[in-house]
Amino acid sequence: MVIVGAGQGGLQLAESLRSEGWTGPIRLFGEEKHAPYHRPPLSKALVCGDQTADHLVIRGPEFFAKKGIDLVTGTRVVAIDRAAREVELADGSRVPYAGLGLATGSRARTLPLPGADLDGILVLRSLDDALAIKDRLETARSVAVVGGGFIGLEVASSARKLGCEVTVIEALPRLMARAVSEAVSAWYADLHTDHGVRVLLATGVTGYTGADGRVTAVETSAGPIAADLVIVGVGVIPDDDLARACGLDCDRGVIVDDCARTSDPEIVALGDCTARRLPDGSTLRLESVQNAIEQAKSGAAWLMGKERLFTAAPWFWSDQYDVKLQMVGLSTGHDRSVTLGSPEEGRFSILYWRKGTFVAVDSIARPADHMAARRLLDRGAALTPEEAAEPGFDLAARARAG
Amino acid sequence: MVKVVFIEPTGGEVELDATEGWSLMQVATSQGVDGIDAECGGSCACATCHCYVEGEAADQVPAPSEAELAMLEHVVAERRSNSRLCCQIKATPMIEGLILRVAETQS
Repeated sequence: MVIVGAGQGGLQLAESLRSEGWTGPIRLFGEEKHAPYHRPPLSKALVCGDQTADHLVIRGPEFFAKKGIDLVTGTRVVAIDRAAREVELADGSRVPYAGLGLATGSRARTLPLPGADLDGILVLRSLDDALAIKDRLETARSVAVVGGGFIGLEVASSARKLGCEVTVIEALPRLMARAVSEAVSAWYADLHTDHGVRVLLATGVTGYTGADGRVTAVETSAGPIAADLVIVGVGVIPDDDLARACGLDCDRGVIVDDCARTSDPEIVALGDCTARRLPDGSTLRLESVQNAIEQAKSGAAWLMGKERLFTAAPWFWSDQYDVKLQMVGLSTGHDRSVTLGSPEEGRFSILYWRKGTFVAVDSIARPADHMAARRLLDRGAALTPEEAAEPGFDLAARARAG
Repeated sequence: MVKVVFIEPTGGEVELDATEGWSLMQVATSQGVDGIDAECGGSCACATCHCYVEGEAADQVPAPSEAELAMLEHVVAERRSNSRLCCQIKATPMIEGLILRVAETQS
C-alpha cells in the first residue's frame, strides 16, 4: 500500500490499514521533513510558545517500527501511473502499489496583491510556517491579520496573548461567515474587541506597503493599517494536482464518495484534498480533523474490500482566548434557531433548523451540549424548535432519552 | 522525569519516563503506546484518549474539568468512576507511579 501525504489523515490511513488486517508493506510519503504532527495547535499553543514541535508529534518512531509502517519524509511524489499501478518520486524512482491513498491536503491561499512579496507577510499552514510566525511574534509590535476565519482569529488571539497590537481585516460583513451563524459571528466580534483587537469587517485589502523590503502597512478600503507582521488567513486550496494529472475526477478537490473512493476503485482519497459527492450531485468540502480521520478509516476499509460509510454530522472546533467554540452540522440556510444558556455570560448554544429539520448546533463553552448534539444529529433525531424552547430544556438529557 | 505505566488494550505493560509538563497523552503516543487515538491532539474535543487511572497515585490526579467531564459522558468504552482523558492529565511528581489502563475502544 502506498500513501501520498503524511499528515494526520495519511497516518490514520496507515494505522487503519493495519487494524483492518493488511499485513503487507505500507509506505507513507511526506513532502515535509517532519514526521506527522497535530496541526490544530499550530495557531494556538505553538505560536504562543506554550508547546514546542516535540509536543505535536502524533506518533513516535517506536510506533512506526512496531506497526511496520515505512515513513518516508522529505520526499515528493510527482506522478501517479494508474496503468502500471506505480507512483513516481521526485528522484525518478518508481514505487508499485496494490492500493493507493491520496492524503495530499491543501495549501494556504494567498492574495496576489501589490507588495505581496514584501518580507513579513506570512501564511499559516505547516509546522515550519508556524515556527516562522512564532519567531516573528517575539519582536512584532503590530500585527495585521487578513481574514477573519478560524485560522486568522486563532492567530489574532495568540498575538494578543503575547501583547501585540492586533487588527483583523475581514472582507465579508461578519467573522467566520462560512462556518457559523450571524449571532455567533457577532458574539466573536465582541469577544475580540473586548480583548483589544481592532476588528474591521466588510473591509477589502488592496495591497501592502513597505520600507527597505519589509512590510509596514496593509492598504485597505478603510485606509492603511500599520503592521510589521501580516498573517494572511484567507482559506485553502485543495492539493489535487496529482489526482488531476492522472485523470481522476476532481472539482476543487479529489471527488470521493461516502466510502472515500475516487473515480478509480484502487485509489482512495481523504481529508483536505477531497470534495465529497453528495446524493443530490453537489459536492461538500470539509477541512477538519474529523473529516480526515473518518475518510481515512473508510478508505482503509475499502482498500481491504469493505464498505464503511462516513456520513456522520460534520463537527469542528476553534479555541480563541479561553473560549472553546464547538460546531456540529451545517447551519447554512437555517430558518429557525433557539438559544440555550446565556450569551451575556459567555456560555451558550444555538440550535438551528432548516425547513423543519434540526441541522446544526454551535456551542460556546458548553461542551456537554456539543456532544449531545453530535449524538442527536447522527441519529437524525426529530427535535423541534418548540421542544427546545421549553423552559428547562436540556440537550444532554434529550440525547440520553433517545 | 515522572514514571507512569500504561497498560495497552492487548495487556502489554509499558513503563514510561514522562517529561514534566507534558500531557500523558503526548507521553504515550510519542513513545508508541497502543490504543490511544487522540484524534484532536489534546484539545479535549474528541474523547479518544480514554484511560482508567489506577494505583495509589490515582488519588493524586487533579479532578477533571467540566469540559473533560462532558466529553467523558461520550466515551465509547465503558465509563467508570476512574475514567479520564489522558490528554488532560499533566505529568507532575505528584502522579509518580500512576497506572493508566487504556480503554479497549476509543471510537
